[in-house]
Amino acid sequence: MVAIRVIPCLDVKDGRVVKGVRFQGLRDAGDPIERAAEYERQGADELCLLDVSATPEGRANATETVAAVRAVLGIPLTVGGGVRTIDDAARLLDAGADKVAVNTAALVRPELLTDIHDRLGAQCTILALDAARFDGGWEVVVHSGQERTGRDAIAWAREAADRGAGEILATSWDRDGTGEGYDLELLAALAGATDVPIIASGGAKNSAHMKSALDTGATAVLAASIFHDGETTVGAVKRELSADGLDVRIANQDR
Amino acid sequence: MTVALVRTGVANVASVAAAFRRLGVDLEPTEDPAVVAEAPAVVLPGVGSFGAGVARLGELGVGSALAERIERGAPTLAVCLGLQLLARTSEESPAVRGLDVLPTEVVRLRGAPRLPHFGWNRVEPADGSELLVDGDAYFAHTFHLADAEALTRDGWRVAHTAEGARFVSAVERGAVLACQFHPELSGAWGAALLGRWLAAAGVERTQEVA
Repeated sequence: MVAIRVIPCLDVKDGRVVKGVRFQGLRDAGDPIERAAEYERQGADELCLLDVSATPEGRANATETVAAVRAVLGIPLTVGGGVRTIDDAARLLDAGADKVAVNTAALVRPELLTDIHDRLGAQCTILALDAARFDGGWEVVVHSGQERTGRDAIAWAREAADRGAGEILATSWDRDGTGEGYDLELLAALAGATDVPIIASGGAKNSAHMKSALDTGATAVLAASIFHDGETTVGAVKRELSADGLDVRIANQDR
Repeated sequence: MTVALVRTGVANVASVAAAFRRLGVDLEPTEDPAVVAEAPAVVLPGVGSFGAGVARLGELGVGSALAERIERGAPTLAVCLGLQLLARTSEESPAVRGLDVLPTEVVRLRGAPRLPHFGWNRVEPADGSELLVDGDAYFAHTFHLADAEALTRDGWRVAHTAEGARFVSAVERGAVLACQFHPELSGAWGAALLGRWLAAAGVERTQEVA
């Protein structure tokens, strides 16, 4: 049985890890290469690196950061942020990404998911979905949550999976950075709507939040603030999840 | 001693190259059938789909060189789709013929709760395995080698993994190793496996990086 995955997320801007609340008020959270190596050492199952730069210069730096992280990282690396074209995706793979997360550009041109799937494979085609609660459901938001799209998040996830997304990274805008726990209703709705793996993102404060998400249909849990701020470690939450009966990969175990 | 990497196109080779570099080996990308035939050790990475992968090997003209070196037991590592390309056929691209050095077809993983099979899962090697040991590996795939018995009869040591059903997750025969999982992404366990393959291949690790 495949183990659950714990995935630290590095939001990277101008070569530094940053973190905010609901995508705003970004503060410095360290060096991405040091963070990446440390999280692998703690037992991270994957690493996610999201380029939150707003400028072309920032984008170029992010590619260098991906290459530098790849050099030290022996676990899978998902990279997202500013992926507009199949060539952007291929460039990130060349730099050392294993999976590419697509967000806004796929909303504008859903064929992008199909293109990446057909050329690079389902295993590296990730839909990054930012969802905000709205009117009894969830709406897709873009541009760091500042713009609502009018698109139903669940319907969009289903369409993206049909178009070739091999995995969905589902971030709750309402919960991001708040420590209030993942949006479990969102996860349940997504898990019911598609067969592809769901990564829960946004709101984790502790392993109990993670267990709830995994019990609700997520196959992986992503967190940033709690690891960056040293509130806990990847190893600690994995030991707690294992004690709670979940199937967890314990890294560097004696075997 | 050099390790050649078959350049199959858009395959993600950066992670493979980085993993070997951490072990002190620089892979030498090649599209040359003569190099693929004669290199002391060869890595065949994964690419997108079975059909596209077979077509690419055909364009490069490296298919027969790969098949021949595996038949004679020359050190070769195939990863993910690279392993599947060694089979006869695949459910993914039914009209296409693989390299036919592994006597089995490739089929969709049935019974898994969610596909693709993404993530870490336990690898259980066959008794007598020399390269593979028990441990957790990183998988990202939908298809797998079907016929463990035929592989065993052909002299392959067959490792299994369970996801819904038990499936063939790796095969080894001497210094030929083919993995459905990604050793280059399987942390310290994967790095140790690559190290054992390099040792079996007789490759010197002159520039080891801590």
